[in-house]
Amino acid sequence: MTDFSLKDMIRSHGLELLSRRGFLSMSAAFAAAAVVGAENARAANASPKGQIIIGLSQEPVNFHPLMLAIEVDQGVHWNLFSPLWGVNEKGEFTPQLAAEVPTIENGGISADGLNWKIKLRPGVKWHDGAPFTAEDVKFSLDLLNNKDFKANRRAGHELVRDIKIVSPTEITWRMEKVYAPYVSILSWTFIVPKHILEKQTDVNSSAFAANPIGTGPFKWDSRVPGDHITLKANREFFGEGPYVDTLVFKYIPDMTMLYTQFQTGEIDYLGIQGITPDHYQEAKKLADRVVMPVALPFIENIAFNLGKPVFKEKAVREALYYAMDKQAIIDAIYYGLPRPTESYLPYEAAAFNPDLPKQSYDIAKAKKSLDDAGWVPGSDGIRVKNGVRLAFVNSTTAGNHVREQAQQLLQQSWKEIGAEMTIQNFPPAVMWGDNWMQSKFDSAMVGIGFMIGPDADTTDYFSSRSINAQGGSGQNTTQYVNPEVDKLLGEGSATVDQKKRNEIYKKQQEIVRADLPYLPIFQYAMVEGVKKGLLGFKSNVNTQENCWNVNEWKWS
Amino acid sequence: MLRFLIQRSLQNVVLLWLVSMIGFGVLFLAPGGPLAQFALVPGMSRAELLRIAEQMGLNRPIPAQYWEWFTRLLSGDWGHSYRDGQPVLWIIGSHLGATLELMVVSATVAVAVGMWVGVLGAIRRYSVFDYLATIGAMIALSIPTFWFGLVTIYVFSVKLAILPAGNMYTIGDGSFWDYVRHLIAPSLVLGLVTVALWSRYMRSSMLEVIHQDYVRTARAKGASEWVVLTRHAIRNALLPMITVAGLQLPTLLSGALVTETVFTWPGMGRLFLDSLSYRDYPVVMGVLMLSAVLVLIGNMLADILYAVADPRIRLD
Repeated sequence: MTDFSLKDMIRSHGLELLSRRGFLSMSAAFAAAAVVGAENARAANASPKGQIIIGLSQEPVNFHPLMLAIEVDQGVHWNLFSPLWGVNEKGEFTPQLAAEVPTIENGGISADGLNWKIKLRPGVKWHDGAPFTAEDVKFSLDLLNNKDFKANRRAGHELVRDIKIVSPTEITWRMEKVYAPYVSILSWTFIVPKHILEKQTDVNSSAFAANPIGTGPFKWDSRVPGDHITLKANREFFGEGPYVDTLVFKYIPDMTMLYTQFQTGEIDYLGIQGITPDHYQEAKKLADRVVMPVALPFIENIAFNLGKPVFKEKAVREALYYAMDKQAIIDAIYYGLPRPTESYLPYEAAAFNPDLPKQSYDIAKAKKSLDDAGWVPGSDGIRVKNGVRLAFVNSTTAGNHVREQAQQLLQQSWKEIGAEMTIQNFPPAVMWGDNWMQSKFDSAMVGIGFMIGPDADTTDYFSSRSINAQGGSGQNTTQYVNPEVDKLLGEGSATVDQKKRNEIYKKQQEIVRADLPYLPIFQYAMVEGVKKGLLGFKSNVNTQENCWNVNEWKWS
Repeated sequence: MLRFLIQRSLQNVVLLWLVSMIGFGVLFLAPGGPLAQFALVPGMSRAELLRIAEQMGLNRPIPAQYWEWFTRLLSGDWGHSYRDGQPVLWIIGSHLGATLELMVVSATVAVAVGMWVGVLGAIRRYSVFDYLATIGAMIALSIPTFWFGLVTIYVFSVKLAILPAGNMYTIGDGSFWDYVRHLIAPSLVLGLVTVALWSRYMRSSMLEVIHQDYVRTARAKGASEWVVLTRHAIRNALLPMITVAGLQLPTLLSGALVTETVFTWPGMGRLFLDSLSYRDYPVVMGVLMLSAVLVLIGNMLADILYAVADPRIRLD
């Protein structure tokens, strides 16, 4: 049994983030309008040389880029495959397989936002030498809409109708309705080869994933399960680079060992969860290593299940928010790294609202709020109103020491105002299973990336139609219902003008900040590490885990 | 002997069947499931997850799922991993080599050293060496493996920089010497416990034998001390070790969960742990069945060898 408690210990070294399983994307400065021109900067990548080892604390195992996958898999997808366009660190879309990013201005998208015309980059070859054409794009979109296919994501794609291949380098389709986030969604939808996949009788066959063929900067070489994946330079790559010959994704399950191997030089880049905050000060002093804190799109929250009587009243949620010592949590438990926040969107998002009211840690105000609402302390000091005790359970992933400490801190300060919080944590498969999805929890401590790729549409989390427990479909596990928010979300996804959209989402943030279905604590920051001499590395909050531009990495 | 073999084999088949049923039941009754990791992909809905669960056959009653899995197993199909879709046997096969290398090397060295320490401790009972060996064994048995592993890495890899910090080989190197360098620390950590264990067993077995009449007789006949020890004492003291070896055999293949995790060793122990945490049922069941088979074979082998080595024992 000691073996299993060890695993818990190992887990606790890392910050277990809820959405690490999901897409880790967001926008630094989302700007669909700001599109970088197609720079066919075909570098003379005659002789890629050397090797880069990327250390990961989770093992990538899914290599079909359109199939169900978790975030760590997508780091590999970025290097094997290409989307029609990507997103750079400034939030600008950059053409990849498309010759240019469609906009209303360049005629790629019709003025009503319904008709799309994509011009493709000519001369691109799959890793097996076959030419890439519009057929592949159509095949990929059709596959995502195939009901038998275990698709990673259908939202957006299911609105695509009448796909027509105009020529090998041009494709058009019609959208069932205007859906502004679709440009962003396509920026991490990878195109798969028709000529290989059409031969598979079972669309969910694992054969392709065992030997994936893409158009990306690196080709599949080999995989040692449970240990590493090796990719080799694609010398025919249509874009810049690659400059290194071999790219290795190395799986190191223990977070302490991951850091140790970075320290001893066995790995060149430390990705995904990064260097744990407790190692940050030490890591800064390492010779020949560069470490830097980078912002992540995740927001750490206390999520309330508004379906529970105790959380129904806004005064309760407000009081709990006043009685939360954010700075203490950040300084004492997270080594001062993350940034306190009031919004569910990250600071870097274009739609981020900087003018939200600032929370202050104020026990007196908290008490007053509860007194005014008629919550009276009972004989045990816990407040009661209409027979409902101000008592609830708080849950998160078991074994996450950092979160457990934060829970204890909250437990103490909430006790001061007459609220009783019980801590009951579960292993991840239990915590984020039905317990979370079907809103069976009382309250949860959770890190969530609310955005869809580099897009601020949060219909999934805040729309009244996204409540699974009420027959809806989505991630609205707090069971938050506000007709005004529903209206804003509808407007937001139907507005093509990005400036107008941002205003809509700013308004939404105000309402959510006032309603407090989640108590925002801070925006995550991660400490990334690279070996000195490894150049070209760019952190990019718009894509998954910063393995998005390895084609530009090189050794000095 | 033949009757014993048939009888024991039949018993084992029944046992295996029970193990498979209990294992399967417990696994499926445990909360959570293989799709939980995808529940948080933005845009993932419960309806969608249910549809996938249906495709994978996960929503059928447990006995029906068990029956399908079991009948397939009987026809030699161990199923496919829920995580990467590859065949279970292939996945197990790709982890087996790493575990075998580590376990065989560490066990061979450790058993040899352990037995030597045990014999020496027994013939020089209550000597300084014996005391040191006893204390050493107690310490080795009580040190938590993960702690010892981390300390080893801290000292030899971080501070002294003479050994690699885990891994089975340097990616891109893979020469013989490279493999050996990577083997030293994990096999030392693993072996320490084995040395302690075997030295204790060997010592007590030896102590029992050393005062037997036949040993005294051998001495009385004027046999040299060396002959007395090797021909008469050690040979007899080794008999109980066969049972110990039989019990240890399965660990050679099922791996070491802790050591493999600390040293980033891609072996069976870690495969089991990873599959368990992702609720990759087919792989977990595969590893479980393999371990069960090995345990049973190990036991049976020990019994047979015992009979072969000791003429006083008849299996019928």
